Amino acid sequence: MSWEIVIGLEIHVQLATQSKLFSGAKVGFGAEPNTQTTLVDLGMPGALPVFNQEALRMAVTFGTAINAHVSKHSVFARKNYFYPDSPKGYQTSQMDHPIVGEGHLDIQLEDGSTKRIGVTRAHLEEDAGKSLHDEFDGLTGIDLNRSSTPLLEIVSEPDMRSAKEAVAYMRKMHAIVTTIGISDGNMAEGSMRCDANVSIRPKGQKELGTRAELKNINSFRFIERAINVEVERQIDILEDGGKIAQETRLYDADKNETRPMRSKEEANDYRYFPCPDLLPIDIDDDYIEAIRQSLPELPDQRSARFVSQLNLSEYDAGVLSASRSLADYFEAVVAVCSDAKLSANWVSGELAKYLNQHSVEIDAAPVSAAQLGQLISRIKDDTISGKGAKTVFEGLWNKAGEVDAIIETKGLKQVSDLGALEIMVDDVIAASPKQVQQYVDAEVEKRGKMLGFFMGQVMKASKGSANPGQVNGMLKQKLDALCS
Amino acid sequence: MTNKTLIQISNDLSAGIYSSREITQDIITDIKARDHQFNSFINLSEDLALEQAGAADARRAAGKAELLTGVPFAHKDLFCTQGVITTCGSKMLENFIPPYESTVGQRLLATGAVCVGKTNMDEFAMGSSNENSYFGAVKNPWDLNAVPGGSSGGSAAAVAAGLVPAATGTDTGGSIRQPASFCNLTGIKPTYGRVSRFGIVAFASSLDQAGPMCKTAADAAVMLNAMAGFDAQDSTSMQVELPDFSADLEQPLTGLKVGLPKEFFGPGLDPQVADCIMVAVKQVEALGAQIIDISMPNLELSIPAYYVIAPSEASSNLSRFDGVRYGYRCDQPQDLMDMYCRTRAEGFGTEVKRRIMVGTYALSEGYYDAYYVKAQRIRRLIKNDFVRALSQVDVIMGPVAPTAAFDLGSNTKDSVAMYLEDIYTLSANLAGIPAMSTPAGFVNGRPVGLHIMGNYFAEAKLLNIAHQYQQITDWHLQTPASNGNKGA
Repeated sequence: MSWEIVIGLEIHVQLATQSKLFSGAKVGFGAEPNTQTTLVDLGMPGALPVFNQEALRMAVTFGTAINAHVSKHSVFARKNYFYPDSPKGYQTSQMDHPIVGEGHLDIQLEDGSTKRIGVTRAHLEEDAGKSLHDEFDGLTGIDLNRSSTPLLEIVSEPDMRSAKEAVAYMRKMHAIVTTIGISDGNMAEGSMRCDANVSIRPKGQKELGTRAELKNINSFRFIERAINVEVERQIDILEDGGKIAQETRLYDADKNETRPMRSKEEANDYRYFPCPDLLPIDIDDDYIEAIRQSLPELPDQRSARFVSQLNLSEYDAGVLSASRSLADYFEAVVAVCSDAKLSANWVSGELAKYLNQHSVEIDAAPVSAAQLGQLISRIKDDTISGKGAKTVFEGLWNKAGEVDAIIETKGLKQVSDLGALEIMVDDVIAASPKQVQQYVDAEVEKRGKMLGFFMGQVMKASKGSANPGQVNGMLKQKLDALCS
Repeated sequence: MTNKTLIQISNDLSAGIYSSREITQDIITDIKARDHQFNSFINLSEDLALEQAGAADARRAAGKAELLTGVPFAHKDLFCTQGVITTCGSKMLENFIPPYESTVGQRLLATGAVCVGKTNMDEFAMGSSNENSYFGAVKNPWDLNAVPGGSSGGSAAAVAAGLVPAATGTDTGGSIRQPASFCNLTGIKPTYGRVSRFGIVAFASSLDQAGPMCKTAADAAVMLNAMAGFDAQDSTSMQVELPDFSADLEQPLTGLKVGLPKEFFGPGLDPQVADCIMVAVKQVEALGAQIIDISMPNLELSIPAYYVIAPSEASSNLSRFDGVRYGYRCDQPQDLMDMYCRTRAEGFGTEVKRRIMVGTYALSEGYYDAYYVKAQRIRRLIKNDFVRALSQVDVIMGPVAPTAAFDLGSNTKDSVAMYLEDIYTLSANLAGIPAMSTPAGFVNGRPVGLHIMGNYFAEAKLLNIAHQYQQITDWHLQTPASNGNKGA
């Protein structure tokens, strides 16, 4: 039987506010346990929440960025459940009246086409703390630094039909939230993570199959792998005549499998009700419009501009506009070297490779956009070869100095002095009578390929510093002269 | 000092008749000597109080004294007091020492008032008799066989017994007014949002409001001046003009329109209590007021609505008492679930558990619409009743409770009978309007309070009426025989 995969995502985006959603405590990653907390975050008796208006502005910014309905009246609700890292015994969230209603997002598929994914809603909620199980000899430690950190939970329609579409949607969401500056989008630190609702149904069937919810996936790679392995699991069950249980599952990246969460980790009835400690959020059209007007250039707009203004391919433009930092970096490189195509190649090529290998975010790249621009300028003015440029880049990455200094110390300057080149070319021709004879004897159209040998000899003689373009031209001219 | 009012003590301090340290020491000695009869205090903070009193005396010497500087008072043990055990009348918080002070407490301390200790109360403010305290029932100074009312029963008994001139209380469904009525005090529940709830342990957040319990309306105005005002730490606190509540006390009542809802005088009201109230209303009329019969048809729905909304909010508010971070934790928990279950089973008393269960049920999937949503709808109807009535009249009067103080133990077996105690008080909390009780007579030696309810933020009007009434009556000056006649 042929199966159709149906996926909906719930993405949790940590908002980049200075302080928490309901307290003045600093939001930050990696501090000593329980040092970034106030009475509110600790759930002390009598402590009361105060809503962070900056989180509201960010949520509304998101709503306008995806052309969603922004609610003028939204309400915080309590989601009641007991867990040690939930200090109040409830999580403050939004249920019936979320701040952001229906909207949509367009993703680019691999075949180059565009698909629209529906966004059901996005609501504000506070994060929980963390349970620490390792260091306490059988006991559990509680760190409430993350407690009450502001999250925007973005719920999609079940519109995605493959793991790749889910990844494309997540990447697009990442591009938007980083572009509009509401999140740092750092998935490794949990600033963006998602739950995936996955089900399958026979192709052509209308009603949805029973879904499993995959919890807390925190990388693009894991989304794809988790969904694929879950889909395989569901197909195996259904094809063996079994039934899918509606349940919450965890993806285990080490074993590449999903497994059900222990029932204790699930609560069945959250007893939602409007939080009586917080007033409803009431905003007006002016507030929303002012935010809409202040939106920066969004990823789709930027991508379109890269194509129309900079003549990039759709593909390159899409890759380079995928995050605000990346796009900003790219444009800064272009500003220095004035060559969009070369800049695109270097940013999505060598730079991306290094970032990936060293697990470094673009913001923390040791090579600045100005340095990379300078490097590309040196390729363009023939100071260095493409190969030499890679060496320079490696030097920049390792903080070996500025571009010209590295070219100097590594002796990467191409020899473009025609006199010096001519001597080298003449020496090689004189030292290779056999190959010269073959060249002369060969048919005209085959000679081009035979130049390679002579090129190699000259480059070797110059220790790679000869300007390949000039050597090529000079060799061709001198050898062809021997043929006539 | 036993029977002196807060203002008299303030005047004595100004006149240098005694120092704050002296009266504070006297009061603590008096409490130690006499409170075993009433059980109105859970903890005394003697050292801290004397320290505060010393600071108040120094402040007075520096010429910077305010009305409350050096005046001793007590906090209901629901107000978090920095460095001082705050129990909420519960085993759950028997040893809980807050590292912070409630906003109300901070404001009182800022005026130089001296907190001598924490008063007994129904556990987590749930009760109408102060019999639901882990620290034992409180006895009514007017009759040691009677309850003082609840949940602010300790504060009421302490002031009535002359142990302190004033105390704080909280009122979620009548917990200031009913004990004030039972103990012959002036107590006011301000408009919801008038007084910050920050640092007051929550029972039902949308209903809770703190207020003073004193001997006179003039004292209550002084206390409220210190307690009230916008607080950025409480999102439900209202940013409205804050009047001087003492300023209008002397205004005449000529032309005042007083509404008497017939629903407040129906079956269930003790006829002798009704007589006291009608006499009081006549006296208010004699002061120039016009008495108007009105009807508020939805008032009878207050009890079912309240007993859904308050437990629902409480079931959530009390979830934080889980044994994880502070408060009671059961011995030797086997696992997490065992810790939760036994901590809460052992740490909470019967009434608290009953309300948590009722609230949990009311919020459950499948019942939420039938209970919580419907109760909220009723709440709007009740609010509308008040808005309509208060567009016709300035204030509404009636009894605070259907009876005078009842005997200890007489209602403890029957929760519903106990809940009916609150029939006249709940509606003000549901509507969010200010309401107060002022002494209006006695039935068989037990006090009866007159209930005055007014429009949003009309506390000054209520206090004005109570003060004027207190100028032509002496109910509020009467003190229990056990107080002796040491003071005024």
